[in-house]
Amino acid sequence: MAILRQSEKLGLPLMNLVRFKGMPILDQLKLEEKLLRTTSDNCCIVNDGADAPTIVMGVSGKLAELLELESVIGDNVPVIKRFTGGGTVIVDEGTIFVTLICNKDAVPKVQPYPRSIMSWSGKLYDEVFQGIGDFQLRENDYVFGNRKFGGNAQSITKDRWIHHTSFLWDYEDRNMTYLKLPSRAPEYRSARDHTEFVCRMREYLQRSAFIDKTIKALGNYFLVQPANPSEVSSCQVAKFAHSTRLLSKQELEDACSSSKPGTIAQSASI
Amino acid sequence: MALRIWASSTANALGLSVASKAPALAPLSRCFSSVLDGLKYAKSHEWVKHEGSVALVGITDHAQDHLGEVVFVELPEVGAAVSQGGSFANIESVKATSDVNSPVSGEVVEVNDKLGEAPGLVNSSPYEDGWMIKVKPSNPSELESLMGPKDYTKFCEEEDAAH
Repeated sequence: MAILRQSEKLGLPLMNLVRFKGMPILDQLKLEEKLLRTTSDNCCIVNDGADAPTIVMGVSGKLAELLELESVIGDNVPVIKRFTGGGTVIVDEGTIFVTLICNKDAVPKVQPYPRSIMSWSGKLYDEVFQGIGDFQLRENDYVFGNRKFGGNAQSITKDRWIHHTSFLWDYEDRNMTYLKLPSRAPEYRSARDHTEFVCRMREYLQRSAFIDKTIKALGNYFLVQPANPSEVSSCQVAKFAHSTRLLSKQELEDACSSSKPGTIAQSASI
Repeated sequence: MALRIWASSTANALGLSVASKAPALAPLSRCFSSVLDGLKYAKSHEWVKHEGSVALVGITDHAQDHLGEVVFVELPEVGAAVSQGGSFANIESVKATSDVNSPVSGEVVEVNDKLGEAPGLVNSSPYEDGWMIKVKPSNPSELESLMGPKDYTKFCEEEDAAH
């Protein structure tokens, strides 16, 4: 009740802040999808590192086009299809996730369309990275100079939207070898391979400093209140079917077989 | 959950243009999208054309312009039930998936298979080749709650002016 009065006084909408550390990315994405579609609260999720290396593809991603499938299968790397758009990333404990789930009228002047949302998120992170590196939102990526360190994606419903970002605090070069150069890439990438295209955020600021600055910047737009991670992640909703899912080994193998020259094309079960 | 028809993009081969019937635009001027007579419009920017026992549904020029280049469209299966205001399709553009909501309730009797190979039709021809589904309406009186062309035009102008 006191927080409600304070928020009304400030004129800022409430935002629940939920912090995790090492939450598996599949669990995080399923939670996000459920919160987007079944609740009406504004919510910020910060997951400080995922667990094991996992590939995460956007809703329209095609396995054979985006992944080195033989290596992925051979090394048993999990592959997830998420509910948002955008490209393919490989995440692990060196990845920091920041997710914003908002009602469509939560941020003044922001319309529930991709470019409007991203224009605002670019301003938010401008505040976070002020004076740090040559930060900018460049062709929908978060970059220092011409090197990407944050990939984002969105999903927009009638009344709400989500903007989630995976920030490369650190990464293993060898993990990037699981990803092919995508056919649909921003111009500034200039056909660079992953190791030449991305950079590590750890070279610019400390992990805790980034998270603290992000929460502080959010405070310019919302009245941020901590929420209990256990309560948020355990909220039960009847009959909600996630579209986010872990792909089966069979699906990966089918896609790999279909992509080989001379193979009769088979319809994938994806 | 009903099975879906997955539409994949050959975006690299498509030379998409954003505007369809809209006039040429100055870079910093307000964008006035086209609104057609004879259609009804939802506040979530879908249009519906009622022709006899079938209603044709798609998204408006205003919506496609704001969404950006469409690279993927996920449509329902024929036979699926849709409800007024409920999501029936998913569009991907600019790294975002966006729900498309049905202006009427009923049963899907046909989907636009062309959007599988050519999702950009939603951008280039939102009222014609970019149609999404045909619905057999279960409650045609729902059309009365939708906006006509003039009201929708005003709605779009007010919405853009507020942001």
